[in-house]
Amino acid sequence: MNRLIKFVMLDIIKNKTILGYTLLLSAFAWSIFGLEDNSTKGVLTLLNIMLLIVPLVSIIFSTIYIYNSSEFIDLMVSQPVKRNKIWISLYIGLCLAQISAFIVGVGVPLLLFVPLNIALSMMAVGCMISIIFIAIAFFASAITHDKSKGIGISIMLWLYFALLFDGIVLFILFQFADYPIEHIMVGITMLSPIDMARILILLQLDVSALLGYTGAIFNDFFGTILGALISSIVLLLWAILPFYISLRIFNKKDL
Amino acid sequence: MARFSKVKLFFLLLILCSQSFIYKAKSNTIRVGKNKKIKNIHYAILIAKPYDTIEVNNGLYKEGNIIINKSLYIKGINNPVLDGEKKFEILSIKANNTIVEGLTIKNSGYSTLDDPGAIKVYDATNVIIQNNILIDNFFGIYIQFGKNCIIRNNSLQAFGKEEQQIGNGIHCWKSDSLLILGNKITGHRDGIYFEFVTSSTIRGNISYQNIRYGLHFMFSNNDSYIGNIFKNNGAGVAVMFTHKVKMYNNYFINNWGDAAYGLLLKEISDSYIVNNHFVSNTIGIFMEGTSRINVKNNDFKNNGWGMKIQASCMDNNIHENNFINNTFDVSTNGSLVLNIFNKNYWDKYDGYDLDKNNIGDVPYHPLSLFSMIVENNGPVMLLYQSFFALLLDKSEKVIPSLTPTNFIDEKPLMHALIL
Repeated sequence: MNRLIKFVMLDIIKNKTILGYTLLLSAFAWSIFGLEDNSTKGVLTLLNIMLLIVPLVSIIFSTIYIYNSSEFIDLMVSQPVKRNKIWISLYIGLCLAQISAFIVGVGVPLLLFVPLNIALSMMAVGCMISIIFIAIAFFASAITHDKSKGIGISIMLWLYFALLFDGIVLFILFQFADYPIEHIMVGITMLSPIDMARILILLQLDVSALLGYTGAIFNDFFGTILGALISSIVLLLWAILPFYISLRIFNKKDL
Repeated sequence: MARFSKVKLFFLLLILCSQSFIYKAKSNTIRVGKNKKIKNIHYAILIAKPYDTIEVNNGLYKEGNIIINKSLYIKGINNPVLDGEKKFEILSIKANNTIVEGLTIKNSGYSTLDDPGAIKVYDATNVIIQNNILIDNFFGIYIQFGKNCIIRNNSLQAFGKEEQQIGNGIHCWKSDSLLILGNKITGHRDGIYFEFVTSSTIRGNISYQNIRYGLHFMFSNNDSYIGNIFKNNGAGVAVMFTHKVKMYNNYFINNWGDAAYGLLLKEISDSYIVNNHFVSNTIGIFMEGTSRINVKNNDFKNNGWGMKIQASCMDNNIHENNFINNTFDVSTNGSLVLNIFNKNYWDKYDGYDLDKNNIGDVPYHPLSLFSMIVENNGPVMLLYQSFFALLLDKSEKVIPSLTPTNFIDEKPLMHALIL
């Protein structure tokens, strides 16, 4: 399995796309912190870009990569290797490649310009988002044979999480404006890893004071050890669940 | 006519001479101290005649409540310490024309029934309290029914943890013509508290890290506060139910938190807010029920909201201010706009200036759609910094449809004013 992971990683690095991704991220990060003298504002801008680009690249690149390695998967399946192992190594390989690209690209400027605790949580959140959207890519590519259909599903899922979900949240907030739904909103944000990541970071910045009463409720929840535990479990579930479903499908799949 | 004025002059001279004679003849200096004949202040006050000077030499005086019931000049030499042992109100001034100077007063009693202070003035005029150091008192300097009093260059420090357990630094109630100058106040509930105080000036004070407000101001007309610094206070500065207030050259810095304002205005009218600096506050100025206020030449920098103007405000003129690096420059909670914005500098303005007269050719709409939605539905702030909110704002900027069209700066400046 280790050899498989190594092979996948090397293959991705040879691909050069991941290199471009690293350069893109680092160009964004360096230019943001170079232009912005206020580090909080810099973090916010970076957060904005990060939560848009990282999921997009993770999900699209991974979907395409999985489809492109179908021949490699076929070959491996014919060897005495368990299907489980092939799929998991593919996942881990992709995750490691994406995470290292993210850390090299964004991590260095973050550590240089931002207070340590915020830099670390930004990096943790970025890595989690990468892993989660790779898992979602696995899910998208497992449910259909057709490459273009799979990529289409990936793009739709990304659009849903990056944009549509917030629209739904806004709709709910207005429909139930007369009711005390702040506590329920904590639960609802957990349905989108991007929103959760954004709020987790916002709560650590000074701007959390702007969130007012709702922010206080969120802080009460995410600020406690139980809340932190629950939120990290939820994020982990987001990374594991789609992948687990895809693994089940892959195991039974007629290749 | 000439004769009459000569007679008048004669009498005048006579009165003057007799006055100065009385003063010279009767003003004594009584020295109090460990090595002096008189060891305690109580006794010194007892034997003193009006207009005497009592010099308190350095040392520790634990004398409970000291009542000054005649016009005296009490002067501390080398910082004598008056200790209230957490039981007593320390100095009670009940006579006109009293001066208290150079004392260190600490550990006043705590009681919510009669509000003991380190120095409390009861119904007195022409009292001067200057160059004192007040440490760990319930109330610092408390003036009730005072007139023409001066509180100058005192330093007040308390260590309050909760609002209920600490009094205000300089507390003035039902007074007139006070001068509060150059004091330093920290750790109290409200740094300076004014209620029913008229025609007074608060100038050059520093009020920082107080638990509630740096300055709290109610029903106090015709007052001015000039060149003060209000920093890191729990809730900033509140000015309420007052008219004709002048606020010049003050600094409102770092009043940051869920319910903190740089300056909270409630039911204020006919006032001036000129040349102030609002830096790093959650809300720079919060206006509610305010009318006819001239907001000019102020600097709004790094605030969450530069200004929040509720729809209950009218006829306010907000002109020639700088709005720089605020998350939201202004916001309001209704579509009714009865205030005027003119010639402000907005760093988010992206118009052009073809005739190079430093006034943008395109009017500026300072209200973002997102800030307006948030004002109507607070929890929407959850979407702050999300891609969706960004998209909403951008589309509204291109085709304004939901934000009030008359919330507008017709002549936005191209460059920041130098303030």
